[in-house]
Amino acid sequence: MTRVRQLRGDQRAGWVIGGAVVLAFALMPLFRAPLDGFTGDAILALAYVVMALGLNLVVGFAGLLDLGYVAFYALGLMATGWWASDFYSGVKDQKGIHIGASNFADKLPGIHLNFLILIVGAIVICAIAGIIIGLPTLRLRGDYIAIVTLAFGEIISRVFANGDSLEIFHNDAISNGRQSISPIDQINLPIFGELDSATSLRPYYWCVLALCLVVLFVNFRLRDSRLGRAWIALREDEVAAASMGVPLVKTKLLSYAAGGAFGGISGCFLGPFFASVNANQFMFGVSIFILGMVILGGLGSIWGVLLGAILLSFVNSWLIPDVLDGEWMQGKLSSLGLNFQFSEVEFGVFGFILLLMMVLRPEGLIPERRHQLELTEMTPGELEEPGQLHATYEARA
Amino acid sequence: MEAASVTAGPPRRRSEAVRDFVSRYGLIAILLVLPVVYGLQDLSNDGNLTRLGENLAEGVSNGAILALIALGYTLVYGIIELINFAHGEVFMLGSLTAAALYSPFGLTPDTSAAGLILGLLAILVLSMLVSGTLNVMIERVAYRPLRNAPKLAPLITAVGMSFILQNVGILWIGASQKSVPDLIGSQEHLFNISGVSINRGTVLAVATMIPLVFLLTSFVAHSRLGKAMRATAQDPEAARLMGINVDTTISLTFLLGGLMAGAAGLITALYQTSIWYFQGFSAGLYAFTAAVMGGIGNIRGAVLGGFIIGIIQGISDNRIGNDWTPAIVFVYLIIIMVFRPQGLIGEETREAG
Repeated sequence: MTRVRQLRGDQRAGWVIGGAVVLAFALMPLFRAPLDGFTGDAILALAYVVMALGLNLVVGFAGLLDLGYVAFYALGLMATGWWASDFYSGVKDQKGIHIGASNFADKLPGIHLNFLILIVGAIVICAIAGIIIGLPTLRLRGDYIAIVTLAFGEIISRVFANGDSLEIFHNDAISNGRQSISPIDQINLPIFGELDSATSLRPYYWCVLALCLVVLFVNFRLRDSRLGRAWIALREDEVAAASMGVPLVKTKLLSYAAGGAFGGISGCFLGPFFASVNANQFMFGVSIFILGMVILGGLGSIWGVLLGAILLSFVNSWLIPDVLDGEWMQGKLSSLGLNFQFSEVEFGVFGFILLLMMVLRPEGLIPERRHQLELTEMTPGELEEPGQLHATYEARA
Repeated sequence: MEAASVTAGPPRRRSEAVRDFVSRYGLIAILLVLPVVYGLQDLSNDGNLTRLGENLAEGVSNGAILALIALGYTLVYGIIELINFAHGEVFMLGSLTAAALYSPFGLTPDTSAAGLILGLLAILVLSMLVSGTLNVMIERVAYRPLRNAPKLAPLITAVGMSFILQNVGILWIGASQKSVPDLIGSQEHLFNISGVSINRGTVLAVATMIPLVFLLTSFVAHSRLGKAMRATAQDPEAARLMGINVDTTISLTFLLGGLMAGAAGLITALYQTSIWYFQGFSAGLYAFTAAVMGGIGNIRGAVLGGFIIGIIQGISDNRIGNDWTPAIVFVYLIIIMVFRPQGLIGEETREAG
């Protein structure tokens, strides 16, 4: 009886703490100037949280190492370029297609869709792309999956980077190549109307915070669902999962599709926020940046990934440009005879974080309990034979 | 799959024969698409195959470089089943080392032939040693601590290592492409083979690659250490019981792979006459494609795959455009991985499922 009461109390305390944290997050921009740089960094961080949570579904839950996550980021961003700008200015004799667009965008040529439709569109194309990327990897295992997904990510970025020469509909290319597509429409929501990032960043912040909360909720529900348990079973032992009746094909494809959809949501938000889409930013480095967040936080741990994404995002937007490249640190470096900016080697910093975490703390900052067990668990056979290579080759056999 | 084919009986025979045929020759047919299409185009436009031949010649020199890099992937994968993702960067740093050694050795395009040969040989040895040592150090730092970890862990550190090394390259020579002196006149015409002009660079690449591959194969096939490598690749536990020092053998494998990558680095600096911190990324992935194509773990396969990918690269660079080459090679990579993960001349592997 007391135990039940205690549990109920714990749960209530959890809700109170959670609510307070969300409130603190929501009130944060009010203490800052409307166009404060910190709010901008926070918006980026939360957008990366959405992406990292998506990648966590694939890598953390289902255990499929996806090195081509940039594909979904690219598709989400390109969706805004296609459907929320004047890029296809020729459609309908330059009158354009407008569905739920703001008063301003209503008069422009090109395709202009409401943000909510845009998000649904991005989710659909990213989920389809996820399935297409997933299909060839079904028969492969481990490291080969990583390379195939990497290849897909590179192909998609290449197609967008050179897409100005690929004309699909009459004279309309699929992208603007190395030139950016801009301007992208501001986010336009049914009740709140058009958000204007030129006067205040706050609405964008609340918008991405809301997206984050929805995605977090979906993540928790997915993790505890039948599907989520199937993913974790798959990660732990594919053969055992299959013999227990987990449908491998469906489960794997759904993980790619769900993970991709989150990437699409994030890209779809970032398009209007950046106000332009540039294929030059679709680089392998993005995949590694997001993977770094998942690894830093802890594979499979939702809170960990949340923390990892926020941390790594601020390493990127604050620590490297403001601290490591700040006057004090640069002074120290030049007195040591070193003369370089950390921003030149930011991907080296992320690589270093990956390496360090994997060697020193592979379970991440906030480990997921099950995954930690998988990492440290020893079967009796291994305990008897302390041969270093044993585990590796046992897994192979 | 197998059970189904047994119960289906004779009516399925024909479809099975078709499937056998496709799985054996399908990949070869796909590989022939590019040369055949452009060959026909040349025949109808020019009436001869000279243009295609020139693409092939360029492809052969690309192939020699890729083959040397692919050897590193194939040796390492053969022994510890790890994709050494940082291998492309080992090659890149070999290239940077070689280019940096030009001026200390006093090598300029005006140096006499004898001085050039001696100097380049010395640089070859040095850049090979640098790359080899670097590869051994990478194994020590990033892979050995994770031998017992799940298989994806060392792959993630490998990716991290690759980024670190790329940025070492940026710190060394900056983020833009840097041209280096054209010591050997690599684009100078040397002789013709049925109308196709062969330049010095191609000859140099092939002439460097062949003895190195010959040395490597005979080392692996005949020396005691090579025997230890093959034993470790087959069964590390049994090898350990037979008194083979598995850790040393693995380090040796990384050393050999690094040596080859260093040689490829010098050839690239001489042939392309430009160096770039990012050159290892795409070259590494192409070489990995080559290694998989030849059957990973198979030395002859890596060389064969290197030439095939090099030729695809040569045709695509000149006919479709530099920008599209990575996409095309990656399409081939996916096709190979999905439909023939054991490669052209490899045996069935675990990955083949």
